[in-house]
Amino acid sequence: MSEEVLVEQKTELEERFPEISRDERKGYAGFIVPAEKLVEFATGLRDEFGYDFLSSVTGVDYLPEEKLEVVYHAYKTTGGSELVYKVQVPRDNPVVPSLTPVFPGANLQEREAWDLVGIRFDGHPNLKRVLTWEGFEGHPLQKDWQEPFYEEDGKPFKSRWPGGDVIRSEDNNPFNKNVDYPEGFDPALWEPVGESAVYAGVGRLDHAVSETALSTDQIVVNLGPQHPSTHGVFRMVVRLEGETVVDLEPVMGYLHRNHEKIGERNTFLMNIPFTDRLDYFNSMSNNFGYVLAVEKLMGTKPPERAEYLRVMMAELTRIVNHLAAIGFLLNDLGAFFTPLLYAFEERELILDIFEAVSGSRMMCNYYRFAGMARDLPDGVFEQVKSLVLDRLPAKIDDLDTFLTNNEIIRARSIGVGVLTAEDAIAHSAVGPVLRASGVPYDVRRADPYGIYNRFEFDVAVRYHGDIYDRYLIRLDEIRQSIRILEQVIRDIPEGPIQEGKPQYQVRVPAGEAYGRVEGPKGELGFYVVSNGKPNPWRYHVRAPSFINLTALGVMGKNYKIADVVSILGSIDIVLGETDR
Amino acid sequence: MTDFYGKGLLKGLGITFKHFMNTYLEDIRWLSRGKRRYFTEEGIENRKSIEARGIFTVQYPDEKLPVPEEFRFIPFLIYEVNGDGEKQDRCTSCGICAKVCPPQCIWIERTNDPDTGRPVPEPKEFYIDVDICMNCGLCAEFCPFDAIKMDHDYEISVYDRLEKNIYNKERLSRPVEYYASIRPTNYNREEAARAEAEAKKAARKAARKTEE
Repeated sequence: MSEEVLVEQKTELEERFPEISRDERKGYAGFIVPAEKLVEFATGLRDEFGYDFLSSVTGVDYLPEEKLEVVYHAYKTTGGSELVYKVQVPRDNPVVPSLTPVFPGANLQEREAWDLVGIRFDGHPNLKRVLTWEGFEGHPLQKDWQEPFYEEDGKPFKSRWPGGDVIRSEDNNPFNKNVDYPEGFDPALWEPVGESAVYAGVGRLDHAVSETALSTDQIVVNLGPQHPSTHGVFRMVVRLEGETVVDLEPVMGYLHRNHEKIGERNTFLMNIPFTDRLDYFNSMSNNFGYVLAVEKLMGTKPPERAEYLRVMMAELTRIVNHLAAIGFLLNDLGAFFTPLLYAFEERELILDIFEAVSGSRMMCNYYRFAGMARDLPDGVFEQVKSLVLDRLPAKIDDLDTFLTNNEIIRARSIGVGVLTAEDAIAHSAVGPVLRASGVPYDVRRADPYGIYNRFEFDVAVRYHGDIYDRYLIRLDEIRQSIRILEQVIRDIPEGPIQEGKPQYQVRVPAGEAYGRVEGPKGELGFYVVSNGKPNPWRYHVRAPSFINLTALGVMGKNYKIADVVSILGSIDIVLGETDR
Repeated sequence: MTDFYGKGLLKGLGITFKHFMNTYLEDIRWLSRGKRRYFTEEGIENRKSIEARGIFTVQYPDEKLPVPEEFRFIPFLIYEVNGDGEKQDRCTSCGICAKVCPPQCIWIERTNDPDTGRPVPEPKEFYIDVDICMNCGLCAEFCPFDAIKMDHDYEISVYDRLEKNIYNKERLSRPVEYYASIRPTNYNREEAARAEAEAKKAARKAARKTEE
């Protein structure tokens, strides 16, 4: 029935916008919108059809067709599946109108598409590179761009077998032991060209002079790279009026290794352990999102027991993440390490379970296409059971008593870093950040994947949108995860954990697929394009940490500089995922 | 219920105090039972279990956490010693591990028999660049001969990474007994499966013979 409704609505959409055409390539879906009609289409879609949430903006290089494509995934915040629309532009003049005025959440994503794929966005307020540095040569995700020490387009490389002529990777490196500068390079004369561009970014002031009676100057301060309580190699450039933040710009890319290019060189299977390294706190849910996307392309599904195991691991990792997030947030608020270590005690016990099932505490690499790597070893199920049923609920209550009514925490976090529901949606914020602003949007409920439609749980929601609510919502979500886990423990059946025989070279039919899960940090999506070859043609990660930072500027403005650090902590970013 | 400023703080401090005291209470309990909580296997097991109260850290390297059977760190190659006392690699240099390896850190050198010109099953050389290895375990998972497995030894730091971090066949080889000792469950399962397959093969052979 739902299928019919969908088709009907789409024809209505086509009537409203006669310029759009259906994407009729095999394995593809959605609409192709002419570039000049894009803004009108997106606005209409938001205002008339309810697709108010622009989740993902992806650039794709179709080299054989001499085209670059921008793929937009739009959703309704009331729930439902995606509406995909695309804009195709010629490769020699790739200009697409920017959607930033309509959806501010497209800001960082369009910058990323410019940076990595080389698509220019007309009307973007601040179109400069975001993950690589200003002055970087070329756009690395274009298909004809080759990295240093390039061997072949796709793995496995032929030199590995049967020749076996070993090369130490560092011998390839012109820097070798990393102590020599390249010829003709003098570090004393080097001027970082990108810096002035960054400072110009925060110079976009609505009011040029001080608002107070005193004639004071506004100054630009670099918070980072590093410190802002060391969530990672992150940097904020802020413009200050006294102690108050007037403008703020996140600067990132210090941990950039072009995960997506590596992903396109890899075979489909090889990408699973690489996804572990994105958000290294939650390798289980990273695996989950990626295998979902590839399974959509392959048209397979895991057996029952594997479905339950997937949910079990995903919920355990959510508890791990939220415990760590709360602990680090308290670090930022000045409660140095005591709460964090209390949280880590429970985290350790869960990581022990991960280690026992997958072989590694953090880099789990446990999910496989249409199955799992292995079944639970003896005794682990009992371990999970006693942990979830006997220990965790009491420990979470302990943490609650420990922190929630603490006067210092309340003073530092209530009413600070407020993000309104409208702003949150417009800035494509996801996960706890979105739900703490009063939008009850959870992918597990809004667009269920796996077997999440079988479980009873509440979508945690809080309404003030401040740091305190973003802390509380994480406690709420841990409790909901425990609820789900109780049902998993009750219902998990015996049986096989892998559909068919495990294969190292899977056949993935040509087409595109977008798999998304509600990761602990928010909607984590994987956009995979296959052309039927062993390596994906395009592999894109919709990283919640990265896109949530779009809203950092809005959250941080007009608060004190000391609050900005805890506001950043309340978003809960992991740089492995932000910088990719 | 009366509320006063600082109540939340005091309650929170109560939790901290409980954590602090738990360590000592637990120590006293262990002492009264005449058991040692530190530097004993039993003590470490307790501190990492869900019964852990108070302190839960271990004092590495004097105390080491036991690793679970599935723990994986750097692959090794298995050899068996045959009746003549010769080492025999299980590896047949089929190259599946090198093909499945995500960071491509495995190099296998296969040779041909000079007389027949056909490939020799045992690899001539086998290299793993452990600087690049990401410990994902895919090679062990997809090896059809159970010839490459993941190790438990995580203390492999060296002074000279330039020379010592490319492991060759000699450095990688371990006897099958070592494998059976670190992964007994897996080993027994694989042996049972192999025995079963062999029995089937023998049965088929016998059936064919009777037909003739």
